[in-house]
Amino acid sequence: MAADLDFIRQIGQHMATTVPQAAALGFRFVSVDHGKGTLEVPWREDLVGDPDTGVIAGGVVTSLLDHTCGLAITSAAYGQIDGPFGTATLDLRIDYMRPAAPRAGVTAEAHCYRLTRSIAFVRAQAWDAEASDPIATAQGAFMLTGRTP
Amino acid sequence: MSEPDALEAFLQRAPYIRFLGMRAELAGDEMTAILPFQPHLVGNTMIPALHGGVIGGFLEATALAQLWVTQGSKLAKTIDVTIEYLRPGRAMTTYARADLRKVGRRVANVHVEAWQEARDHPVAFLHGHFLLSSD
Repeated sequence: MAADLDFIRQIGQHMATTVPQAAALGFRFVSVDHGKGTLEVPWREDLVGDPDTGVIAGGVVTSLLDHTCGLAITSAAYGQIDGPFGTATLDLRIDYMRPAAPRAGVTAEAHCYRLTRSIAFVRAQAWDAEASDPIATAQGAFMLTGRTP
Repeated sequence: MSEPDALEAFLQRAPYIRFLGMRAELAGDEMTAILPFQPHLVGNTMIPALHGGVIGGFLEATALAQLWVTQGSKLAKTIDVTIEYLRPGRAMTTYARADLRKVGRRVANVHVEAWQEARDHPVAFLHGHFLLSSD
């Protein structure tokens, strides 16, 4: 199992840094577990949504949540699904509990709680300081692509 | 401030809007948001396709821009958004229009539609609630 997680970790690090949008936003890999993944995006001046407050833009959080869901699905699929596949988002709902703190980065954790042969169901949350005090929660359904049915 | 000036002010003020490279045009009070393709917006290099978060961020920004233009240059706060993805966003320009379904005293309900080559082949929808500035 430890060797499995090492491999999933490598994929996670790859996903966080080589996908152009993830690299452009400066995503960092945090951790991965079976069916779970965590990524973070450090605060940066050019990612601010409201210059009056210095709070990171909602769109950045959307990209982070979507990407973290992809990581959780990849870890859930490891050992269950043979061969390479991609994920396509079917829908994603995001609730914003409160704004992030000014000049704060954001961390997101996603949990793929159900995976079928073609569909993944994922919940995620994002926070700035403490996981117990989220700025946003999300729920989404994703399609596994590039596989022969 | 005239609506075109207000729109220009919205596009210039937020660093993230410039990060996306989002533009917009007004025809009367109808705004079309425009997202030219750029390599850093890609989420899937195999297709290649725009990142789901880019499409979501662009649609949310379109809703906020439309509210800004019609609600006196005040930035609304996003309460919740649901994004539905219908087909991959290809490596080409994406357009979006926001429909203010209901603008109440405190909350607005907004639907946004994105398309690329043809408006009747939408790429994604967003519907969301936005808290209007109270001052």
